[in-house]
Amino acid sequence: MTKSLINIEDLSVGFIAKGGLPTPVLRQVSLELVAGETLGIVGESGSGKSTVALAMMGYLKPGLSLFGGRAVFDGNDMFALSEKKRAKLRGSSIALIPQNAGQALTPTLTIGDQIDEALQLHTDLSGAERAAKVVELLNRVRLPEPAEIAKRYPHELSGGQQQRAAVAMALAGNAKALLLDEPTTGLDVTTQAHILEFLRELAREMGVAMVYVSHDMGVIARVADRVAVMYSGEIVEEGPTRRVLREPRHEYTKNLLAAIPRLDAPNKRPNLRPDAQQTLKLDDVAISYHKPGLLDRLLRRPAKRPNVEHVSLGLKRGQTIGLVGESGSGKSTILRAIAGLVEAQGGEIALAGDQALTAPVGRRDRETLRRVQMIFQNADASLNPRQTIGEILEAPLRLYYGKKGKQAEGKAAELLGAVRLPAEYLRRFPSQLSGGEKQRVGIARAFAANPEVTLCDEITSALDVSVQATALELLSRLQQENGSSYVFVSHDLAVVRAVSDWVAVLYQGRLCEVGPVEKVYANPFHPYTRLLMGAVLRPDPDAVPEILNEVDLKVQECGYSKLWAEIDMERTKSKQPLQHDLGDGHVVYFNMSPESVAQMRVKGRDPAAGSNSVPRSSADRVLEPAE
Amino acid sequence: MMNLLQTVISRPSGALGLGLTLFHVLMALFAPWIAPYDPTMQNADAILLAPSFEHWMGTDTLGRDVFSRVLHGGRLAIAVTFSAAVIATLWGGFAGIFFGTVGGRVDEFSMRIVDAFLSMPWLLFLLLIISIGGAGPVTIIPTLGFFYGVAILRVVRGAAMQVAARDFVTAAKARGERLWPVIAREVFPNLSDILLVEGAMRWSWMLLAFSSLSFLGFGATPPTPDWGLMVAQERGLLSTAPWGVFWPCFALSSLIIGINLLADAIGKALGLDRATAIAV
Repeated sequence: MTKSLINIEDLSVGFIAKGGLPTPVLRQVSLELVAGETLGIVGESGSGKSTVALAMMGYLKPGLSLFGGRAVFDGNDMFALSEKKRAKLRGSSIALIPQNAGQALTPTLTIGDQIDEALQLHTDLSGAERAAKVVELLNRVRLPEPAEIAKRYPHELSGGQQQRAAVAMALAGNAKALLLDEPTTGLDVTTQAHILEFLRELAREMGVAMVYVSHDMGVIARVADRVAVMYSGEIVEEGPTRRVLREPRHEYTKNLLAAIPRLDAPNKRPNLRPDAQQTLKLDDVAISYHKPGLLDRLLRRPAKRPNVEHVSLGLKRGQTIGLVGESGSGKSTILRAIAGLVEAQGGEIALAGDQALTAPVGRRDRETLRRVQMIFQNADASLNPRQTIGEILEAPLRLYYGKKGKQAEGKAAELLGAVRLPAEYLRRFPSQLSGGEKQRVGIARAFAANPEVTLCDEITSALDVSVQATALELLSRLQQENGSSYVFVSHDLAVVRAVSDWVAVLYQGRLCEVGPVEKVYANPFHPYTRLLMGAVLRPDPDAVPEILNEVDLKVQECGYSKLWAEIDMERTKSKQPLQHDLGDGHVVYFNMSPESVAQMRVKGRDPAAGSNSVPRSSADRVLEPAE
Repeated sequence: MMNLLQTVISRPSGALGLGLTLFHVLMALFAPWIAPYDPTMQNADAILLAPSFEHWMGTDTLGRDVFSRVLHGGRLAIAVTFSAAVIATLWGGFAGIFFGTVGGRVDEFSMRIVDAFLSMPWLLFLLLIISIGGAGPVTIIPTLGFFYGVAILRVVRGAAMQVAARDFVTAAKARGERLWPVIAREVFPNLSDILLVEGAMRWSWMLLAFSSLSFLGFGATPPTPDWGLMVAQERGLLSTAPWGVFWPCFALSSLIIGINLLADAIGKALGLDRATAIAV
C-alpha cells in the first residue's frame, strides 16, 4: 500500500447562518490521494468542489469555519499547523493554479521576475542559477522561446500561455501536489485541449499529484485517474474515472452524465421544411468597431480590416442556426448587428418581407424592433435588480402592445407559465431567483414580443449542465409553439448540434463553413472546422482529442490569417467570394481544387462515409493555390 | 424603508449619527419653546458671565444667553443648507444620470464644463456672487445648490456610466425603449441609493461652508443668532471667555459628524462603498 500524499478525513466545513444556525457546506468528506495520481473533483456550482480543493492546503474562504475532520498533506495536519508553517508549505509543496491565471499573475512584473521570486522564497540558489532555472521551468511547461517569454509581462501572453506560466511558477517550489481550480474554463476549446495534454504529460514526467476541479465531465475524463462526484457538499460517488463514467452507480452521476449534450449524438430535430418562409437574411455583411478618426482621414491611413466581413447567411421560419467559433471569431458581433446594437458597415441584413435591419436600434420602427428579440448570456446582468419580475416582463408588453395594468399582469403571468414558473414570481426580485430561473425569465421576456427572430447569445454557458438541459428543452418547445427562428451563438459544439438545424463556423470574423448541422458534423471539410471539432472533449475516458494530429498542429501554427490573406488574393482576382457548394446548402469557404469539391459532394450524399475518411492531408492544401 | 432604518440603527455609529442629526433638527425646530431667554435680548448687567445655573453656557459680550443663542443658532444654517442640498441633489443627480446614460460626445463636452467649474476656488466664487446678489438666503441657497450640484453630478455620472453598461440597459435599448424610459425605469432606480448618500454628505459640507460664510460676515447678519457668526463675534475673547466660541463650535461639529455618520451608515446598509461611491 502506497502512503497517501493527501488525506482528507471526515472533513466538515460550514458557516454560521443568521440566528446562529450552523450551515454545512461540506459534510464529512473523505478523500485520499497518492503521489503522482490525478484526482478529478466534479460537480455543479455550489457543490463544494472548490472548497474541498482549498481545504487540502488548509485554506477556507472567509466566513467558513472548520466543523470537524482533518486535512492531512504529506504528514501535516493542515488546519492544526501554525499560520507560518502553513504558508511555507503553500506555494512550495502544494500549489494552487486558479481559474484565471491572468489575474493571478502580477501585471507589473515580468514572468521571469515572478518565477525568480518564487525560487528565492523556496530554494537557496544563487542569482545565475535561478536565471537558468527560470528558463528551464518555462521550457518544461513547453513555452516557445523561454528566454524571450521570461522577459515579457503577463498581458503580453495569451490565455493558454498565462496558464502555463502559472504552472511553471508552481513548479518553481518543487510542488508535490498541484490544485487546479477550473484552469481551462475560460479558454477556447483548442487551447484547452493543448493545456490538458500538457498537464497529463507533466503528471507522468514529474510524478506530481494533481487535484483537478471542474464542472466539465469531458475535461475530467481526459485528465483524471480517479474521479469524485460531489453534490451539495457530499461525495456521492468516487472511483476510477473509467468506471464512474462507464458504469455510474449513483443516481446523481447517471443524471449528470445523461444531461451532457454529446457531440456525436445525432440531432433529433424534425426534418427541415424546404418550403418554409425565409425570415432572416445576411448578405455579405461587414461590421467594424474601428471608426476612422479625423487624424486617420487626414493622414489617409488605410482602413483596418473589419471585425466581421463577407458573412452571408439565411434562416427560415421555425429553424435554428448555430454560430460557433472561438473567442474573437465575431459570432456575438453578428448577433449584435442583427439586434441593431452595432451598425453594419457593409452588406445587407433583412427580415422577411425585405424589411431592412441595417439601421441601428434608434432608427428602427417599433414593429421591426418587435420582430427581433435577444436573450443574453448572463441572465443575472440582463435583469434589472430593482425591478420585480412582473415589471421586467411588462416592459415589452407596454412597449409593443400598449398593454397596461391588469391586462399586462395577466399576460405576464401567462408568459411565466410558458417558461414553467409560478405566477407568484411576478412579485419577486431577480436576486430571489436561481440562475436557471433567471434565464427562464430572460427567455419569457424575449417571447413577450412574440418575435420572428430570437437571438440567443451563449445563453446556457453560465448554467450547470442539468439546468442547461431544461433551458434548451424549453427553447425548442417555445419554437414549436411560436415558430420563431433562432440564431444560437455558442462556443459549445455539442449544444449547437443538439439545438440547431444549421451551423455556421466562424474564424476571425469570417465564415469557414455553413451547412445543415448533420452534414457539417458528420462531414466537416474546412480544416478549421475539423480542428474545432477534434478539440472537443467528450465525457468518455477513451476519447482522444484529435488535436494531437500533426497536420492540425501545423495548420494552427501557420495560422489562419494567412489562409484568409490568400483567399482575399483569389477574391480580388476572380471578383467573387471563393466558396464551394457541396450540395444541400453545405458551403465551404476555402481554397480547394474542383476535384476535391467533387469528391466531397459524393461523400456528402453518403453519410456512411463518416468523418474519419475525410482525407487528413486536405489540410495541407491550406497553402496551395487554388487551381 | 423600515428595513433600512433598522439596519442603520443596528450599527452603533449609525444610531449615533441618526440620533445627533435628529437631535439638532428637533432643537432647531423647537428652539423658541425650549430656550430660556430671548436669543437677541441684551443685558448690560450680565456680560461675559461664566456658565452657571442661570446661564448654562454663560453669556456673551452683549450679555446674551449663549445657550439660547446656540439653540437658535442652527435654525438658519440647517434651513438654508438643507434646501440647498435638496436642490444640489436634484439637479446634480438628474444631470449626472442623463450624461452618464447618454455618453458619447454630449457627455464628453459637458464634462469639460464640469471640470472647469470644479477647478474654480468655490469660496471666492461664492463671496463674489453674494457681494453682487446680497447676503440673503435667496442668493445663498441657489449658489450653494449649484456649486455642490456640480460635484454630485460628477459622482453620479460615473456611477450611471457603470449602470448604463450593464446588460439590462442594453436589453432595454435593444427592445427599442426611448431615452427617458431607460433613464427613469432602468438607470435611476439603481442610483437612488447613491443619490441619497451623496446628498447627505454634501449637506454636511454645505453646513460647514455656510458657517464659514457667516464667520466671514457674508452669511447670517447680526443680530441673528448663528453658530458661524457667534464664533466670529466672540473669537477675540477665546482666552477669557471660551464658552462663547466653544459651544457654537461644539454644536456645529456634532451636527456635521452626526450627518456624516448617518450618511456612512445608510451607505453601508445599502451596500455602497463611499470610497468609490459605486455599488459593490
